[in-house]
Amino acid sequence: MSRYFTEDHEWIDVDGNNAAVGITDYAQEQLGDVVFVEVPESGKELGKGDDAAVVESVKAASDVYAPVSGTVSEGNAALTDDPSLVNTDPEGEGWFFKLDLSDTSQLEGLMDEAAYKEFVANL
Amino acid sequence: MPDQNDLDTAPMQDQKLPLDAWHRVQGARMVSFAGYEMPIQYEGIMAEHLWTRDYAGLFDVSHMGQLQLIGEGAAEALEAIVPGDISALKAGKMRYSLLLAEDGGVLDDMMITNTGHNLYIVVNGAVKHEDIAFMRAHLPDAIDLDHMKEAALLALQGPKAAHALTQIGVEPVQDGWPVPGDLYFMEAGPFLWNGVRLGISRSGYTGEDGFEISVPAEHVEALANALLEQPEVKPIGLGARDSLRMEAGLPLYGHDMDPSTDPVEGNASFAISKTRREEGGFHGSERILKALADGPARKLVGFSIDGKLPVREGAPIFSGDSEVGKVTSGGFAPSVGAPIAMGYVAAEFAAADTLLEAELRGRRVSMKVTKMPFIANKYHRRGKVK
Repeated sequence: MSRYFTEDHEWIDVDGNNAAVGITDYAQEQLGDVVFVEVPESGKELGKGDDAAVVESVKAASDVYAPVSGTVSEGNAALTDDPSLVNTDPEGEGWFFKLDLSDTSQLEGLMDEAAYKEFVANL
Repeated sequence: MPDQNDLDTAPMQDQKLPLDAWHRVQGARMVSFAGYEMPIQYEGIMAEHLWTRDYAGLFDVSHMGQLQLIGEGAAEALEAIVPGDISALKAGKMRYSLLLAEDGGVLDDMMITNTGHNLYIVVNGAVKHEDIAFMRAHLPDAIDLDHMKEAALLALQGPKAAHALTQIGVEPVQDGWPVPGDLYFMEAGPFLWNGVRLGISRSGYTGEDGFEISVPAEHVEALANALLEQPEVKPIGLGARDSLRMEAGLPLYGHDMDPSTDPVEGNASFAISKTRREEGGFHGSERILKALADGPARKLVGFSIDGKLPVREGAPIFSGDSEVGKVTSGGFAPSVGAPIAMGYVAAEFAAADTLLEAELRGRRVSMKVTKMPFIANKYHRRGKVK
């Protein structure tokens, strides 16, 4: 399994054609206390860059985009009951949705962990 | 998650607060607000909000405009542009009032204190320069209007605020004069701390007991440090200030009130003093007194929200298919444990318990008109049995 990162502060874990998507620790830190998360329903087709989920913190609403194209296989229902999972475990239990990838070549433009770390360090 | 709709990081042209470096040492995240780089949060909005309700929160509100009106007849002159009975305000008392445009629209809300030798006025930071220009243009030349640029302003809010202020050794200016704990809600006086003169009022914008402290900018850091040494005090940012004031049912100028709103529809009729209702003679008094008599066409009300999705400023409000209003403030309310909002609705929908809907990203969210405040005020009122 490999983990990729986007400049929009999303992470994507890829295992073959399956992927899980969430926001990074840096992103949750910037957002602050998360009070509401809306994840996509399974079966929804997402193109790369489409609005996929909404995360609301105490101070603002933000969109989460699909980092790559695919079909949603599962949204994280746990976030509906406990949105604060995004703060406490953003890169684990706080995942947003799972995708069946339609074009794995789109992964090529994404960052690996080292590149993302450097990207954040330069913000 | 690129779009943070509300806030951008601070651009370079913003002014720095006297406590700028101090905020950064305390771990603040700074944002652009009212022309200043200001702390939005330190450890987190939720924790800061709840801390203030349980203990004491220290807020830097030095972006606000501190003004003095000096001269014979200042109170009477001011009454032409505010609807409060300022000439009847006794020394040591303060009052919430509104700066009114010629047509009665609200240019700002403000706190006016009779210090005994002048009127001390605190106005919103975002419009302070416009306020000053407007006041200068509408007050006689003989009245001096001083913008106290060398003064910082702190707010200490919460049930432990009085204790913290006592612990740092704030003293009366003269023997036998009051200490801060002797003040009641909406009273003010001069005090000394380490030889530094402070103007302290028992007031604030959180719904809690608390104080606002005017201090010379060169001494604000020492004062902030002394307060922060008290175990019950933590620094609190703008984010929690906003959620605290919403729960307290307090309008935020520029959001819940603006030049297109009059005081009656803005839920601020209480700021129109009895004698002024009888005598009029202030900007827009004809329109405002008519709205008082007839009832306003629309009204600022509070909403409790069904579910967890925060309803925010700008969301249209519906009753069935008809659009009947707009949300002007909204967000998650940490002490309520749910989202709340404020907004304007047509008067026929303003009664408590009216069921309405807000539209957010193409979906409807159920809301119920709710009497404000959302959290009971805990002001230290004179005559209240403790």
